[in-house]
Amino acid sequence: MTRQVQPGGKTVSRYRIVIKGVVQGVGFRPFVYNLAQVWGVKGSVLNSSRGVVIEAEAEENNVAGFLSELKNNPPQLSRISDYQLSKMPPAGYTSFVILASDPGDEKEALVPPDVAICADCAKEIIDRKDRHYQYPFTNCTNCGPRFTIINEIPYDRPKTSMASFCMCDQCAREYHDPADRRFHAQPTACPVCGPHVEVLDSAGRNVAGKENWLETCWNILQDGKILALKGLGGYHLTCDAKNKEAVKALRRRKGRDAKPFAVMCRDLETVQKYCVAGEKEKELLISPLAPIIILRKHLQTRLNEGLPEELAPGLKTLGVMLPYTPLHLLLFSGPLDMLVMTSGNYSNLPLVKDNSRAAGELGGIADYFLQHNREIVNRCDDSLIQVVDGEPHIYRRSRGYVPHPVLVPRGEDEPVILGIGGEMKNNFCLLKKNQAFMSQYIGEIDSLEGEENLLTSFFNLRKLTDAIPEVVAYDAHPGYASARVARQIPARAYFEVQHHHAHLASCLAENGLGNEEVIGAILDGTGYGTDGNLWGFEILTGNYDDFQRRFHLAYVPLPGGEAAIRQPWRTAVAYLLAFLGEEGKRSAGLIFPEKNLDVIERMVAGGFNSPLSSGCGRLFDAVSALLGICRENTYEGQAAVELGEAIQETAGNDDMQTYPYETREGIIWPGQMLAAIIDDKMAGVPVQSISARFHRTLVSMVGEAVERVSGATGIKKVALSGGTWQNQYLFRTAKQYFSARGFEVLYHRQVPANDGGIALGQAMIAHWRWRKRCV
Amino acid sequence: MAEEKDKDIVLLSHGDGGLLTHQLLQDFFLRYFKNDLLDSLTDAAVFSSEPGRMAISTDAFVVDPVFFPGGDIGKLAVCGTINDLAVSGAQPLYLTASFVIEEGFPFADLEKIIASMANTCRVAGVQIIAGDTKVVGRGQADKVYITTTGVGYLLPGANLGYQRLEPGDKVLVNGCLGNHGLAILLQREALGLDSQIISDCAPLSIMTTEILKRFKGIKLMRDLTRGGLATNAKEIAMSSGVDFWLDEAALPVEDSVKGITELLGLDPLYLANEGKFLIVVAAEEAGELLRYLREDWSAEYACQIGDIQAGKGNVYLRTALGGARQLNMMAGAPLPRIC
Ligand SMILES: [Fe+3]
Ligand SMILES: [Mg+2]
Ligand SMILES: [Zn+2]
Ligand SMILES: [Zn+2]
Repeated sequence: MTRQVQPGGKTVSRYRIVIKGVVQGVGFRPFVYNLAQVWGVKGSVLNSSRGVVIEAEAEENNVAGFLSELKNNPPQLSRISDYQLSKMPPAGYTSFVILASDPGDEKEALVPPDVAICADCAKEIIDRKDRHYQYPFTNCTNCGPRFTIINEIPYDRPKTSMASFCMCDQCAREYHDPADRRFHAQPTACPVCGPHVEVLDSAGRNVAGKENWLETCWNILQDGKILALKGLGGYHLTCDAKNKEAVKALRRRKGRDAKPFAVMCRDLETVQKYCVAGEKEKELLISPLAPIIILRKHLQTRLNEGLPEELAPGLKTLGVMLPYTPLHLLLFSGPLDMLVMTSGNYSNLPLVKDNSRAAGELGGIADYFLQHNREIVNRCDDSLIQVVDGEPHIYRRSRGYVPHPVLVPRGEDEPVILGIGGEMKNNFCLLKKNQAFMSQYIGEIDSLEGEENLLTSFFNLRKLTDAIPEVVAYDAHPGYASARVARQIPARAYFEVQHHHAHLASCLAENGLGNEEVIGAILDGTGYGTDGNLWGFEILTGNYDDFQRRFHLAYVPLPGGEAAIRQPWRTAVAYLLAFLGEEGKRSAGLIFPEKNLDVIERMVAGGFNSPLSSGCGRLFDAVSALLGICRENTYEGQAAVELGEAIQETAGNDDMQTYPYETREGIIWPGQMLAAIIDDKMAGVPVQSISARFHRTLVSMVGEAVERVSGATGIKKVALSGGTWQNQYLFRTAKQYFSARGFEVLYHRQVPANDGGIALGQAMIAHWRWRKRCV
Repeated sequence: MAEEKDKDIVLLSHGDGGLLTHQLLQDFFLRYFKNDLLDSLTDAAVFSSEPGRMAISTDAFVVDPVFFPGGDIGKLAVCGTINDLAVSGAQPLYLTASFVIEEGFPFADLEKIIASMANTCRVAGVQIIAGDTKVVGRGQADKVYITTTGVGYLLPGANLGYQRLEPGDKVLVNGCLGNHGLAILLQREALGLDSQIISDCAPLSIMTTEILKRFKGIKLMRDLTRGGLATNAKEIAMSSGVDFWLDEAALPVEDSVKGITELLGLDPLYLANEGKFLIVVAAEEAGELLRYLREDWSAEYACQIGDIQAGKGNVYLRTALGGARQLNMMAGAPLPRIC
């Protein structure tokens, strides 16, 4: 063994440490540098595309101390996924230095997600004496833009959209000073050298610049005007959330009737004035992830003593987030404490991110534009989370999370696989080794813009993760644009994956299961089934390889196809006709006297443009329409959401009842339940109770079917997946039901239960099918 | 049900080439389709032709129902073939017509169909100069099938072709979309909709002849039959390699068609038309062509619906909300994609 004796007579050892994971852009190198000073370690630290490489040379004990501190107390934002240590012959280092980045050829380093402004930076921007005072692009190694500004890896300023800003002396000094909070903070900037904001009116005239933008924006917002605000991952449309007229104008101009708006509040205190926030919810709100959290409104808020009903019409909940950029924070440093913060787009089109397109695409909505000259490279919507029983369930996984991988059970030497995802809430997944890189929220892709967004985002994420897919998977639906896009991507093999199988596999993967057969209770809207019908209430058994359909809800025709999904009253009529015959026809006439039921009846009878559906979402639609809660959907899932919200928090004993139904030969028949619901309605039972009973009946339907399958197969693991499980009451009740009966319940926390999760399932299924093909 | 009387219906023996066949020809076909070439009753119609290029087209018509608001199978059989010639840049001259009649088909209906064909031919200035009639047993055909073949001269100077399409060209239609398809569908499906929807079935050759004479910038025409505007535009786009950009707000659709298609969950862009055609014209002539159609031909709903852009053979629809949706060919019934 090589030994070297230091002048003091002590022997030194040298180690090389390669650390992988999220270790760039999180203050890792200054942290290592400072640690090296503390422990008297000599050597170097280097950012490479393989990760952070440290050379550490010192007396064995000191190196040990250095290493244990490194492993156990890494910077808050870092995530170490792999750690390799090798002993090297001593090199006689005399100092500890930070070396310039090495582009390398292997690209293993992970690109960090965007990070909400940290407490230190937040202090500086309101400190009159600080040089960052009121500077909306202040950031440091602990916070700021990351994913949204990165063009290429490794993550270094020249590879970001900050490349065009040349650091001033002061910023450069901080950037190069290992002891400074801004040491190697790639996007660091100040009023002297960094990007700037300007305010334009709808004619493109500059109405304010960097000196008076803030007061101008306050005035605009206080005037009840709508401001298009260029944020971190794209434009937001914002207005004073407490100004009813402004909120209404925004709805009208955006063409968004009822879909809830998210709001941004000045601080936690403001949030709590209007909404109930538990510990976990508060923790997430103030976390560096800063997602939108769905919170329950206080009763008095709901009684319209405080906030306009138009923020989230008909709902007891409100999506809330806290300011996550200095620009947001500054906006809240004046008279306003709550702003609508909705994505800057027309319905169903991608978020606008470029200055050059803002006026054209948002000109019909916004009165003013607050924009800046830092380019957004990667579009990224806000993430959306609801806390259920203290656990965060993610409904939209985007800003703050992307491109962090979800870790899944998979080997090192496997090919990269692309799962292209679904159609309406699209995101895709690049599966590389054991890392599932879920893309940011892409959204609706049935438009040229949506398709382009999908492709551009794919090329960008492919570059940032160096994951070039060899195998591509997509949904089996013959009309999905996503499948068309997927087939254009060159690959060695393509796999068509059934929608609900993908939901099941996604749930298995995020819960770390291998290729193990479980029972899947997949409840969602509609997905293309292997028999050409539209599935969506499916009790499956399956693993990644394959699945079997064991039980499903009885089929009902959807008169008018997609028109029925937009208009739940049609589905309600179809249910009544299909399951209650003449009696149902009479009821339909009583409940929907103004509708042309004759035509619906003939369409259904003749099978005219009436595809068959077993979707749970459609059953929700039908019941929601029957109860008069929602007869027309103005956004996806509205009828179901409103029916779910109709349940009273303190449901009485009566509501613990379930309605009758039948299960025969693998089919669940809801006829008796519908009859009972109509009886209840006629008898004047409040909809709150009917809704609760309906939910409990669904759990009982699912429960009975799953137990029968379990009895026949011995499987005791049940996976709950599909968008319907975002219904809290349903989820909680089902989880209790299965736990109480000795089932292990698998459900979603890292990826959405809705179609935002199916890309992961598609990729995992393709992985196993590809393996099978290769042996 | 009233007992059918043999004298009122077509019998198998009407097709056996004997006396009854002769009677059928004399009483119906020759009476209505009267012209010198047909009247000669030779094995083949013989006519002389001028030098130039000719066009020929054939189609079989099996529409159910045979009578519908705005037309019947006979009118359709004449218009269908004439229009195929017309949009190819030809002036149709002669048609042949071949009938397959189901035993038991009422003479009264047959007469209506033949009269309607004769009338349509008169309007379009064409003659039926040869024909054939067969009668098949009950159930071997459905009422009546008609096959027409048409010939015509290509108009000198008309220069139509996919290769002429280029970015900047304008796309026009001569009127409201979807009427024929919807009229047929409502008649057939008995959906209980007492509709006022009337088929747009009409011969186009006189109009196309006139516009081709006047507007040398016309580069392509297409009758918007099966698959409607969307499918036909996509076919043209794929054959020519350019993109179509259609403007949703500019597409002419009658309110009643809009209302009923909404109720039924259908898209009028995929419904067949029988008197509507698409014109691709050089930008500089688009305005005048539109004015000419609207004023001189009373095609008041003729519209410029979009333009041609460089691309890859796609059809995009700019929607009212500002986005663009890709239109593909009709592939069976559309299935909902909303999860
Ligand atoms: Fe789904
Ligand atoms: Mg033809
Ligand atoms: Zn900071
Ligand atoms: Zn600076």
